[in-house]
Amino acid sequence: MKKVSFAHMGYSYLGFKQLLEEMGFEVIVPDNPNASTLDRGVQYAPEFACIPFKTVLGTYLEILDRGAEIIITSGGVGPCRAGLYGLLHEKILRNLGYEFDMCVFDPPLTGLWTFFRKLRKILKETNISWLAFIDIVRRAWKKLKLIDELEQLAINIRPYEVKKNDTTRTFNQCLKIVEKARSLYQLDNAQMECRQLLNDIPQDRSRRPLRIGIVGEIYVMLEPFMNLDIEKKLGEMGVIAYRSIYLTNYANSDILSHGTMDIRRIAHPYLNQFVGGHGQNSVGETILYAKNGFDGVIQLAPFTCIPEIVAKSILPKVSRDFGIPVLCLTIDEQTGSAGVETRLEAFIDLLCQRREQMEAKNNESLLFGY
Amino acid sequence: MNPCYLGIDVGSVSTNVVVISSDGDVLTSLYLRTQGKPINAIKEGVRKIKENLSKDVEIAGTGTTGSGRNLAGAIIGADIIKNEITAHAVAARFEVPSVQTILEIGGQDSKIIILREGVVTDFAMNTVCAAGTGSFLDQQAARLGIPIEQFGELALKSKNPVRIAGRCTVFAESDMIHKQQMGHNIEDIINGLCEALVRNYLNNVAKGKEILPSIVFQGGVAANVGIRSAFTNALKKEITIPRHFSVMGALGAALLARDYIKNNPGTKFKGFEVSEENFEADSFVCEGCSNLCEIVNIKEEGKLIARWGSRCGKWDTI
Repeated sequence: MKKVSFAHMGYSYLGFKQLLEEMGFEVIVPDNPNASTLDRGVQYAPEFACIPFKTVLGTYLEILDRGAEIIITSGGVGPCRAGLYGLLHEKILRNLGYEFDMCVFDPPLTGLWTFFRKLRKILKETNISWLAFIDIVRRAWKKLKLIDELEQLAINIRPYEVKKNDTTRTFNQCLKIVEKARSLYQLDNAQMECRQLLNDIPQDRSRRPLRIGIVGEIYVMLEPFMNLDIEKKLGEMGVIAYRSIYLTNYANSDILSHGTMDIRRIAHPYLNQFVGGHGQNSVGETILYAKNGFDGVIQLAPFTCIPEIVAKSILPKVSRDFGIPVLCLTIDEQTGSAGVETRLEAFIDLLCQRREQMEAKNNESLLFGY
Repeated sequence: MNPCYLGIDVGSVSTNVVVISSDGDVLTSLYLRTQGKPINAIKEGVRKIKENLSKDVEIAGTGTTGSGRNLAGAIIGADIIKNEITAHAVAARFEVPSVQTILEIGGQDSKIIILREGVVTDFAMNTVCAAGTGSFLDQQAARLGIPIEQFGELALKSKNPVRIAGRCTVFAESDMIHKQQMGHNIEDIINGLCEALVRNYLNNVAKGKEILPSIVFQGGVAANVGIRSAFTNALKKEITIPRHFSVMGALGAALLARDYIKNNPGTKFKGFEVSEENFEADSFVCEGCSNLCEIVNIKEEGKLIARWGSRCGKWDTI
């Protein structure tokens, strides 16, 4: 059976691993990207390509060296360059002398027939029926949803943890449990067990964490190596960092339900066209966070990312109009972790002082009214 | 005994130490060159500041800030470790209560901090390049053979400043050399450089920020009268230079320590003896997973006192 691999994005590899393994492929699971992955990507990527391009290229080089024969990836539509990254990656890797099949899945609605044909080609390799395939997809999807749920749970618990790192350690333990669960029944059990483990972490519920919304480009949001573990860092600084994108778009937060609201419509008064990637979302979600009483918003933008540059130039106006502080972090291979930490710490100090000031004002006006 | 508070700001270029009384008066301050050896600079700073203090001074609290704040915190035993943006804002608000804009230019970074009603509402730091910060001025002064202290005064003597490209230090330097070769006099070139630096700051770091008075200019570069006057000309507003402009970060850290101790009595300060002790730093790469984190150990007299760098937290406990 052919050896299949894919790009690494957050914890989604657990779902993709299961999907491909059950289809009968030999799966090469990409490692967490690290500094040397990025170095290799940077070496062969165009200088002004964004950091997701470089990191993914580095990951491909690693998995090809480990013997991958098929690489499965996603395409895209619209002005964001990432839609063409699959093709460019393939060209660069072939020029370096690698032999492999690249299978780029564009969103089905952009071409239903092409999508179907590509899928059939993959299925032919494995001889599984469509019916069996549907069952496999359903379970992998459930796994992905479960991982997203646990990630959110961890984010909500971390600011309350009594002992530093408890949440991160327990979350990593949960990932191992989820990895082993395959059937729907096992996944249900894993869900119960992991929820229990996370909820059992000793917590100090008297704390009042700040709530910060994170917006930006999907890859730097989902891959902790890219965003320098921003959710963990913020959590340990006493912040609940809501993320606007989860891979399965699963948002179990009752404050911010994405399924019912059309983010683009909300963004419309400030940005009335699709600029590619998540540019319009970054604007719309910032407004939504402000309306829901969040303390602040952090935008994660890869350096040279056009959709996020457009959003970045609009966000100061949104910030003024809605009275919500916005911090923009531009990320590329030159980004130093010390600089990011300094900015995050200062931003949190700003938000804390702002909250105290607003609460003091509210108390004053209450007294005055009395 | 007289309770006092110690603040240390370990920056890329300078290490500053301040001791304040409980009223916030600066008793003594120091401005040392870090010279790439932060551990030595911190020890040296602690040793020298002790010499300047009277016998009845008792350190009741300590704060550290700057890019080396964690290192300094581990070495002296800090009660509070704060980022430099907050520290600078605290100090400026203390010195100039009406402050609404802080312009800060240090050795390798420059920042703008916006305050309204005494609370920080926005800030920015230089991101792409260190052009237009203290190190560059230092380097150019050295290249022209002018002591950095006289750099600003020379700029003020200029009648016709030349325009220098200020976006990037390398290109700024080639532009300066070119202008010298064209025959422009040195005062005009230096003044042109001051203007380029201020232009670069206002167009990058301060882009889109509302600069309202009172405007406070601090950081080592505020000593440079050429830059001061270039700011006044560009903003067409009065600029205040606080008394302790060069050690504002350390002052902020000391003030933060004072406020922290008020609510959490009992300092962690190890005493001035740390200047006699032997501190070492070493690092290794953890191969526990593919993250390959670089772990740094800080040792005091061979005993491990702090460790950082791991993403999973495995090495955080000592």
